[in-house]
Amino acid sequence: MDIILKNGHIVDPSSGLDSIGHVVIQGGKIKKITALPHELQNELQISPQTQVIDAEGLYVFPGFVDMHVHLRDPGYTHKETIASGSQAGVKGGFTTLCCMPNTNPPNDNETITRYIVQKGLSEGACNVWPIGAITKRQEGKELSEMGIMKDSGCVAFSDDGHTVTNSLVMRRALEYSMVFDVPIISHAEDIWLAEGGVMNEGRLSTLLGLNGIPAEAEVIMIKRDIELAALTGGRLHIAHVSTAGGVKAIREAKSIGINVTAETTPHYLHITEDCVDGYNTLAKVNPPLRGKKDVEAIRDALRDGTIDCIATDHAPHHMDDKECEFDMAAFGISGLETALALGLRLVEEGVLSLSALIEKMTVKPSNILKLGKGTLKEGAEADIIVVDINRDFTVDMESLVSKGKNTPFHGWHLKGICVLTIVGGQMRYNQLGGSL
Amino acid sequence: MNKNLISIRDTSTEDIDLIIKTALSFKEVLGRDIKKVPTLRGKTAVNLFFEPSTRTKTSFELAQKRLSTDVINFTVPTSSVVKGESLFDTIRTIEAYGVDFIIIRHASSGVPYLVSRFARASIINAGDGINEHPTQALLDAFTIIEKKGAIAGLKIAIIGDIFHSRVAKSNIYCLTRLGAKVRLIAPKTFLPKGIENEDVEIYNDLNMGISGVDVIMVLRIQKERQGSGFFSTPEEYFRFWGLTRKKMAAAAPDVIVMHPGPMNRGIEIASSVADSEHSVIYDQVLNGLAIRMAVLYLLSGARP
Repeated sequence: MDIILKNGHIVDPSSGLDSIGHVVIQGGKIKKITALPHELQNELQISPQTQVIDAEGLYVFPGFVDMHVHLRDPGYTHKETIASGSQAGVKGGFTTLCCMPNTNPPNDNETITRYIVQKGLSEGACNVWPIGAITKRQEGKELSEMGIMKDSGCVAFSDDGHTVTNSLVMRRALEYSMVFDVPIISHAEDIWLAEGGVMNEGRLSTLLGLNGIPAEAEVIMIKRDIELAALTGGRLHIAHVSTAGGVKAIREAKSIGINVTAETTPHYLHITEDCVDGYNTLAKVNPPLRGKKDVEAIRDALRDGTIDCIATDHAPHHMDDKECEFDMAAFGISGLETALALGLRLVEEGVLSLSALIEKMTVKPSNILKLGKGTLKEGAEADIIVVDINRDFTVDMESLVSKGKNTPFHGWHLKGICVLTIVGGQMRYNQLGGSL
Repeated sequence: MNKNLISIRDTSTEDIDLIIKTALSFKEVLGRDIKKVPTLRGKTAVNLFFEPSTRTKTSFELAQKRLSTDVINFTVPTSSVVKGESLFDTIRTIEAYGVDFIIIRHASSGVPYLVSRFARASIINAGDGINEHPTQALLDAFTIIEKKGAIAGLKIAIIGDIFHSRVAKSNIYCLTRLGAKVRLIAPKTFLPKGIENEDVEIYNDLNMGISGVDVIMVLRIQKERQGSGFFSTPEEYFRFWGLTRKKMAAAAPDVIVMHPGPMNRGIEIASSVADSEHSVIYDQVLNGLAIRMAVLYLLSGARP
């Protein structure tokens, strides 16, 4: 079905567009964006069946691209499935999800890659692209078949959840991946420094009697990987940056031209280790929530471009994995359904302009993975969201669409709701005029 | 008093004083021929130990029996925990019996706190992970007061593995609150990050640290820490941080030496110190009983 989104405030950082206009969608693609009423009339004459949606007073953005999610399929479908995760995605304004390989079995071969791609096509509410494992079984030893897996649909490679501890293997991965022009995503954690840790190391970890993970566990591995990127020229992307020290290392690397990009997540931009007080397992995440200075540094880095983009690291868990001893609780935060509003809060707090925020959730991650997504340029796949940035709501973990109800933002009052999500010209989520 | 005793950090100074004062009267009971009182007859206590313990469990159990409380012991190897039951299901099952006190020891910090948020029974922390061991700190404070008259102004050294010691943590919070000048003496590996923010002085050198102190608390060194980089050999530990008579000479002449037990003679403490007239280790044991009676009594809602 062809669609015209009329009178919305269109923000498309990929083309610099930031004005009221109309989006014409035909054949699943963006045919044109225009501000001229008579052009709309022309389009309606050409295609009289076109559904016209009035987006007056609303914003129109490219659909968000999340380059770091966990969809748990295969193997942990009690935590999430490709269907439930992508439904959470389209509710949250995401039209493309790239899922990490720490499934069971892990996505370290063509068969699993094809399984995920196929399930994405058949059950997914949005585009689902897998990220393959760097090494077989994510053991950090033997390289996986990156070329074959790329041909089957993998858009990047990562042993996320595990660090490639062996520097030689990481070097080879960066070198080998260059052949196929795919980025290597680093889960930067010195596993020995972090050993046994369940929260940020500092005064609070001592007061709670919990084993701490020092910031240096992240910083050291970021620095190592930067050196290896410099050595090899490979495309290095640092996942979920959480520390001021990590930011500093990435900033220095970029300033001397090393090929490195980085992401952070909404939780490292908004909350600190203080959320762990009271042994709150919902705030248990890896890397751990850090201190106020780290949050400030992450925000500065997002503003100045040191950190390229926002990803959610959506890590859904069953409540049985959270309602238990803090030591035993699973790491992770269910993030797809709060990222938009938490992003808009950064705009409200003056950290980013609206267009800068949208850029970091659309075209920036898309460019890192060379997906060609996150844009409203003519001819692009029509992945579009309509957002009411003023509508407020209270985060209620029970009302999350994701199977993972594990959010430390439960009870937060936030502003900004996605009211319509179009994926490839299809309306996949529609709350226009409806009640939530 | 609160319904629960979870941590010293969250217990008011008034309540600490009240517990110690109440323990004093129970100690008098323990000196009688007939040591049992009917105070908590009809009440039920469950000693829920997820970690092996001999002395703390014995102490709680005897305290309960002295107060005429019915006692159930629930330890990991005989429980359904090994069958994969969740912690909270275990607690709910025990609660279904309508018990009045649950005394919990667990290897994970925060478990007594998490349980106290939904349990109806009074929860008493008998040691959680590397967090706190509040009744140990209370019995230590009681012992110091008994020997020294008061705590305010005393110089008290705590020696050893502060990092892993819930005894040390509870004592730091308790003793600083009661006005002691607390010194921590340990190799840097045994000092948890941020501990310097507490009102303590830190020494890596034992000889400097114990100079002029009135009380020395020696912590147990767990031999399994060797090899994980916290210290090298027991021999080296003993040479630098083991308490010997010679090193103790730098302390006040009437210094008392405490140890939460069980002791590793020849590692953290020399026999010549452990068995000396300065040692109050067996007073600690008896005072532990009095403190636990006082805690049970006060948590039951009674007023002295």
